[in-house]
Amino acid sequence: MERKTLHISTSPHLVKGVSTVDIMRNVVYALLPVAAFSIYAFGLNALLVIATAVIACVLTEHVLCRWSTKDSTIGDWSAVITGLLFGLTLPPSFPLWMVFIGGVVSIALGKFVFGGLGYNVFNPALVGRAFLQAAFPVAITTWSEPFASDRFGSVASSVLALPFMEPVVDAVSGATPLSAWKFDKVVAETQDLMLGLVSGSAGETSTLVILIGGLYLIIRKMMNWRIPVAILTTVYLLSAIMHFSHPESYPSPQFMLFSGGLMLGAVFMATDMVGSPITSLGVVIYGIMIGLLVVVIRLLGGLPEGVMYAILIGNALAPQIDKVIQPRVYGTKKISS
Amino acid sequence: MSLITFSKRTFRHGVHPPENKHGTAGSAIRQFPFAPEIILPIAQHLGAPSKIVVREKQEVLRGQLLAKASGYVSVPLHSPVSGVITKINNVPTLSGKMVPGIHIQPYPASGQEAIEGEPIDVETATQEEILAGIQQAGIVGLGGAAFPTHVKLKVPEDKNCQVLMLNGIECEPFLTTDHRVMLEQEADIMTGIRYLLKATGAPKAIIGIEANKKDAAIHLSKHIPEDLPVTVQVVPVKYPQGSEKMLITSVLGREVPSGGLPIDVGVVVVNVATAAEIGRLLPHGRGIQERVITITGPGVLDKGNYLIPIGTPLRFALEQVGIEGTIKEVYMGGPMMGMAVSNLDISITKGTSGVVVFTERDIRANQKVYPCINCGACVDACPLFLNPSRMGILAKSKAYDEMAEQQHLMDCFECGSCSYVCPSHIPLVQQFRLAKGIVRKRKAKQKVA
Repeated sequence: MERKTLHISTSPHLVKGVSTVDIMRNVVYALLPVAAFSIYAFGLNALLVIATAVIACVLTEHVLCRWSTKDSTIGDWSAVITGLLFGLTLPPSFPLWMVFIGGVVSIALGKFVFGGLGYNVFNPALVGRAFLQAAFPVAITTWSEPFASDRFGSVASSVLALPFMEPVVDAVSGATPLSAWKFDKVVAETQDLMLGLVSGSAGETSTLVILIGGLYLIIRKMMNWRIPVAILTTVYLLSAIMHFSHPESYPSPQFMLFSGGLMLGAVFMATDMVGSPITSLGVVIYGIMIGLLVVVIRLLGGLPEGVMYAILIGNALAPQIDKVIQPRVYGTKKISS
Repeated sequence: MSLITFSKRTFRHGVHPPENKHGTAGSAIRQFPFAPEIILPIAQHLGAPSKIVVREKQEVLRGQLLAKASGYVSVPLHSPVSGVITKINNVPTLSGKMVPGIHIQPYPASGQEAIEGEPIDVETATQEEILAGIQQAGIVGLGGAAFPTHVKLKVPEDKNCQVLMLNGIECEPFLTTDHRVMLEQEADIMTGIRYLLKATGAPKAIIGIEANKKDAAIHLSKHIPEDLPVTVQVVPVKYPQGSEKMLITSVLGREVPSGGLPIDVGVVVVNVATAAEIGRLLPHGRGIQERVITITGPGVLDKGNYLIPIGTPLRFALEQVGIEGTIKEVYMGGPMMGMAVSNLDISITKGTSGVVVFTERDIRANQKVYPCINCGACVDACPLFLNPSRMGILAKSKAYDEMAEQQHLMDCFECGSCSYVCPSHIPLVQQFRLAKGIVRKRKAKQKVA
């Protein structure tokens, strides 16, 4: 036995194999099929938008870290997730210069000012998107049809629009199922919604692919299944009640569940651990609140879509939910009612 | 009458670290040789250290008193070997502190017969006599805490003990001492239970065992004497079920009140190895001289469970079992709650339940600490339903009083489940230990002022 210095650490001397970086990397894996389907459906436009979003987010994170003389944190993959999610929430033919600005805002305003990973109050991707919604309301509600015949051969002129110039709206543009319902009372087929044969944001159209990604994370225990389940159940039940009481004014619960950004938001954005409560009961309440807000904004508000605002409000409420919902500590008496 | 029950009931939360017990679970307890020099630090238990009653150059017999108890919360120390005292000086201990210690050189030619003292007859002895006998035998909790057993067994006047709980859970990964003791020392355990039932006045005893030691549970249930009110209960495997509170919740469904003791819910908990030692020593009036420990870990060549003389230097023990590669980390106790050794020149003491050795190639590089991402894994792991995430954030801003007053910091028994699951590798339990120490000091200061 050689005499060498012993390594000293305090117990526990074992750690579970899963690290924060593993979780982040797996979220990226789960998002890749969603991005792939988006590119398959919307072609080069979506590819450019998603790539620009990821590059903008990662670059911003790197530059800000170096600027504040810290080590770059891009190795933790969280900026990649923000970039992917942010890109997937945009219309597939969104001007790239706007994408870039939005990506910078996502990281700088949504994450960095709060102190970086773990400290942000709101989902950074949604912060970026909310900024764009306010700054470029027309561009962000200009949709293109999926599966256009020349989608891999040409790029929409709006995508390559010069910065600060009014983008030229392409000839072929389509309404999302939600706006079609809201403004024209046209209801899309559930099957088309499931498969993603409709127009919408780059990554929100195919329910099926999103669910597969979510299922992967749930199986790997890297996502709290209670959040999407609470949101989707709330939306389904509430819209079912409204639909069956006034079938002519409100769409079916299936339509509500599978249209717009609900699936992408419920599975990938509301589940962002940083912005959601920490206890099991807390996340259920958080999910129900988001579900309620989605239904209220969509069916009673002026906007066709409400998922983004619902999740941002949910994020804002999460710390309050954590304050109210404290687990009963072992050995302390239950508070009698 | 069925003496064994398999229950699905367990406490809530907790974790499942890899068990790693296969290396030693099947190996019978083997006698360990005497080291050329036995070194006995006098502080081998919680409470006041014992007082040395021997001098240098004195010849001692195996079982002879070396140091007497210095108060109620203290136990005596007996010689584990016949030999000559070569030195009495300060020796290093696991905690890093230097304490007075006795060096004994064994006589190789001696038969090493242990001397007997005043036997204690379980039939005729009074409760007080049994408690005194347990103290005189130098017995402390062999599960690792090393708290004097007679103090724990003393039921306060205004309370009564309904259940004597024998702790055969052994939930720490790697350790198999209790497992082997249950398989090999069934008679000692049963005798020990007789003493314990009388000492506590409990009408019945339950032996709690985790499902990964079914063989031990079946073996013990077969050896329960007709007249002994003992049952065996097998519970699902989960860490930290070996903690008194968790064991009581798993087996009886009762919750020990915050800040309270098991006796507050009518239970006294004793480790099975401690019970076996009581059953082994008291009929002969002997003092404790040796104990069973598991020596294991990826670097150990001859892994096993050994009956090892107390005071055996750790370095000698490791030379005996053989180490492959360079020793990098050594823990006394299991890897979840055990302490890392900073110095191989310390001794095996009454509180050593195991020695786990990791060599160079097993050590993972220090994991990078990431910010808390609020994943909730720690909240789902804490068996006391504390909020380790919140406490970690408070600890970071040194809000120790808030941790104690609003977050039940002092209830934390430092099982380390939160640190184990944290994907960001935040040293949560380590921060809580520190915080608890600071809060205790502040409280003590306030009392003085």
